[in-house]
Amino acid sequence: MATNDSSTAAAAGPQSGLRAMRFSVRLESLLVLAVLVVALSILSPYFLSVSNFLNILLATAVIGILGFGATFVIAAAGIDLSLGSVLALSGVLGALSVNALDLPWPVAIVTCLAVGAFCGLINGLLNAKAGIPAFIVTLGMLGVARGLGLVFTNGQPVYGMPDPIVFLGQGRPFGVPMPVFVFIAVAIVAHFVLAYTRFGKYAQVIGDNETAARAMGIRVDRHRIALYMVSGTLAGVAGLLFLARVNAGDPTAGLNYELTAITAAILGGTNLFGGRASVLGTLIGALVMGVLQNGLNLLAVSSFYQQMAIGAVLVLAVWLDQVNRARGQR
Amino acid sequence: MALLELASISKHFGAIQAVNDVSLSLEAGEVTGLMGDNGAGKSTLVKMIAGNFRPSHGAMRLEGTELVMHRPVDARRHGIEIVHQDLALCDNLTAAANVFLGRELRVGVGPFRILDYASMYKRAGQIFAELKSETRPRDLVKQMSGGQRQAVAIARTMLSKAKIVLMDEPTAAISVRQVAEVLNLIRHLRDQGLAVVLISHRMPDVFSVADRVIVMRRGRKVADKKIADSSPEEVTGLITGAIERA
Repeated sequence: MATNDSSTAAAAGPQSGLRAMRFSVRLESLLVLAVLVVALSILSPYFLSVSNFLNILLATAVIGILGFGATFVIAAAGIDLSLGSVLALSGVLGALSVNALDLPWPVAIVTCLAVGAFCGLINGLLNAKAGIPAFIVTLGMLGVARGLGLVFTNGQPVYGMPDPIVFLGQGRPFGVPMPVFVFIAVAIVAHFVLAYTRFGKYAQVIGDNETAARAMGIRVDRHRIALYMVSGTLAGVAGLLFLARVNAGDPTAGLNYELTAITAAILGGTNLFGGRASVLGTLIGALVMGVLQNGLNLLAVSSFYQQMAIGAVLVLAVWLDQVNRARGQR
Repeated sequence: MALLELASISKHFGAIQAVNDVSLSLEAGEVTGLMGDNGAGKSTLVKMIAGNFRPSHGAMRLEGTELVMHRPVDARRHGIEIVHQDLALCDNLTAAANVFLGRELRVGVGPFRILDYASMYKRAGQIFAELKSETRPRDLVKQMSGGQRQAVAIARTMLSKAKIVLMDEPTAAISVRQVAEVLNLIRHLRDQGLAVVLISHRMPDVFSVADRVIVMRRGRKVADKKIADSSPEEVTGLITGAIERA
């Protein structure tokens, strides 16, 4: 009996405090994280330190925020493959808005978010209204957004951001990198929205049983468009952080990040086919990915192998999920 | 005065006449069995009452006032609930979440409103108790038996002050013991003063629970009589066309 799906376990047993907070996390992902941390602590003398943990959090911030976007879309049985490209396009346009157009720095922030939301809107419209499968729509967006970013910049990074933007990426109040604060704030809001609001609930309802959602009067198409806008906007937030951290709008930023983000979501227990999703799970999944990459770096493993590792983890995570469900149905 | 009255309702899809000039009335506290072969027009008729389709011709009156509906939500607002054949349940949600699907209770102010899980569990628990069902509000639907699933779908209709409950094949594909459970739920709804329409292919179910039977054939109503005045043999004849009209 698969009781490692904590929501199942809690439903049968007495109500725990964690259950009340709706922190349903797949226990395996925590286990994997713990094993990784222990193993790397033994393997590398540099791993177990506060500064390295802050490094991991900093590196995980962008992936994690993309992962939250992926979580919302996947909850409704969709997929967003354009996350990495939208990150790059929004970063590039955010950079150009203050750099080439000489507008005040807050415009960069607004531009990043607006570009992300707009890309999401297009994804959502094409998927929900034109009926093109999400896989294809967002794969197309992956190409178009990436290409647009290159066109706007001629393929060259746009350097030099105003100080407040640079602070957002490089500042360290209380010794903690700013992106980590943003990451935590986004995580809290995303968890709250997914678990406690009708918006989040309906995402999972649509992913679980679209016919039921329609029969119960949920406006499925509209909701789906909104979900893609959420994931697009979060890609814009990630683009902003990336832009701020490297002090440049880079059209090649976030290449293949969607792969890592989706892996984080699935690893965290979000069902690839919709209906079950957890922001907290994705947070753990993203930390696993962050720790993994950090560890491979510390152990001086070539980045070529890191790509392989991420791909392998994705397949493994989905396989674990399948095995779990097969057991659960028995 | 009848609770719901259909006057010469017709529905055609292009050249296909799905429902042809059907008049009927539903009374409060009465279970009406709606029978007919596949394609006889039962589903189309019910879908018009549920607000899924608008009639091509004819009028519907609820408690004497003209009823015009554009979407299923309109029907719900008028106190007409439908229990879908596939039940429209979400496997990964709890029984309570399914009961409140689309009508979640929330607390908060303005746009900042969060789901009120505690109240939903409580109210769902009350409804299940009222239905004398053993379903627990916190159980996930995917772990439930067919009968419990029916109870969840029926519990939905009791959230609001429903007047009419339309049930599409509620006893298909469940075990004998569960059929008895579901029939009891239907009697319970009737005793609450609701009008229940039971679409079914199962003769024993209709004859055990219904007060009246309406038979459809090729889009027309061919019989509408008290169960006591009919027999399974007669209804079978009416469905197949061996008996023209009764």
